[in-house]
Amino acid sequence: MTLLETEKLTRAYGGVVAVNKVDFNVEEGLITGLIGPNGAGKTTLFNNITGLDAPTRGRVLFEGKDITGAPAHKICRMGIARTFQNIRLFKELTVVENVMIGRHFKTGKSETKGRFLKAVDSYVRLRQEEEEIYERACDWLEFFDMEGMKDERAKNLPYGKQRELEIARALATDPKLLFLDEPAAGMNPQETDHLMAIIRKIRDLDITVVLIEHDMKLVMSICDTITVLNYGMKLAQGTPLEIRRNQDVIEAYLGKEDA
Amino acid sequence: MFNFFLLILIYTGIYALMALGQNVITGYGGMLSLTQAGFFAIGSYATAILATRLGWSFWATLPVAAILSAFFGLLIGLPTLRLKGDYLAIATLGFGEIVRNVLNNWDSLTNGPMGIQKIPMITVFGFVVNPYTKYAFLAMLFIAVFIAYLLFQRLARSRMGRALTAVREDEIAAQSMGINITKYKVYAFILGASVAGVAGSFQAAFTLSVSPGTYTFMVSVMVLCMVVLGGMGNFKASILGAFIIQLISYLPQLTGLTAIIPPQFKQILFGLILVIMMIWRPQGLLGRERIKYSKGGTR
Repeated sequence: MTLLETEKLTRAYGGVVAVNKVDFNVEEGLITGLIGPNGAGKTTLFNNITGLDAPTRGRVLFEGKDITGAPAHKICRMGIARTFQNIRLFKELTVVENVMIGRHFKTGKSETKGRFLKAVDSYVRLRQEEEEIYERACDWLEFFDMEGMKDERAKNLPYGKQRELEIARALATDPKLLFLDEPAAGMNPQETDHLMAIIRKIRDLDITVVLIEHDMKLVMSICDTITVLNYGMKLAQGTPLEIRRNQDVIEAYLGKEDA
Repeated sequence: MFNFFLLILIYTGIYALMALGQNVITGYGGMLSLTQAGFFAIGSYATAILATRLGWSFWATLPVAAILSAFFGLLIGLPTLRLKGDYLAIATLGFGEIVRNVLNNWDSLTNGPMGIQKIPMITVFGFVVNPYTKYAFLAMLFIAVFIAYLLFQRLARSRMGRALTAVREDEIAAQSMGINITKYKVYAFILGASVAGVAGSFQAAFTLSVSPGTYTFMVSVMVLCMVVLGGMGNFKASILGAFIIQLISYLPQLTGLTAIIPPQFKQILFGLILVIMMIWRPQGLLGRERIKYSKGGTR
């Protein structure tokens, strides 16, 4: 089943068309890879889907609903979480506080009480509510084997752990769909292996994962399906095996033979 | 001299209220706002006008002052949301000056530069709180500061405090965590403004007269200094900062050394302290308050 799709999504900055009529779809339960040379428009596509940027033309459908141009916080609340290419943690806050922020809207509104009464209620039952948020955050840290460093400031973590913390924070929002923007960038081989194990574990939680990555070993070994972008346009789509043999893709990455 | 010390304490209380509000906006929300004087003035004039023209009691004017200031907080908060740092500072500074100019020129309502006199004293269950004897007023004021402190402290330890912190740290990441950053920035302005309005009401009830000359840009700067000196993101520190800055302001008069130390000296000392602080202790005297989390409750 298609969880998310874009229809002819286009984002132009003046004359530069960063993403050009891209039809990108994500099947539920699979790990989808998004690859392409630098400047191909991968991150722009992510930003347009997750609401940090709005498409010039085209539509974004999530579970069949049109979410084109919705603000980022609403998209997150619908169940799409993301991480960033250059880590965007709340650096001065502790590890556990970072994850707790991911739980923000989970206690914000109640079906029976509505918004205002719930706010009053939260104010009165502050301690209990905070405890729930804290415990859920700790569960996620446990998932990443990071309970031991929960009171460290985020900026003091080693680089690989910062990347993992960002994923933990995104998962704390209980997403259905998780976007990872170059999760392995700057990681050493051991850290990358650990990351691959984590991504598989996330898939096993029934969370659909989409990742942008340049590390081909990682992409080819864990992705079920891969979409290739080049110069803002979709170049190919298929299984890792198909992509590896695709002549257009090889040309985009390595250049044409006999050119 | 002791009487003078009481006066300092009263101004500490009034400014502490404003500093608590500034701390929500700047310390938690990370927005450099320079407009507390404007909200302070709105609160003062709301109390002054309602009390003298319509004969309202102080207690009836107090919520009006808070709500009116909050409304103007919303008005200033919405259009300036996209501004950051120095641009926001200039826009909010402009608002403070607009308020003062309106008060100066709207003769029919505010009596212009002459201001409004003969504001009735506060009464509590028939007991007149005479500001000249100070004690009762001081006690009442500090109850108000204490209540404001408790309310803000609780707010800071809730989801809202954490959301504001997230907005300050990284707006883009905060949005992607499902936080409506527009909403929280406006909330911060509304809360900060309303408590400054309350401070304004107390100011009017203390001096028993208001005039535009009181609500200058320097007031906003002093409030910001209190927050920075005490430590941003720490409500206790804002109150401490208010006390220290008021003490310095009135040091020559307090020590009876006005003949030796000219009143202008305070501005030199003021600047000097801030320069020293910025070099050696940029986080302020007490620093940002950190919440310790543990299983089985927050504390």
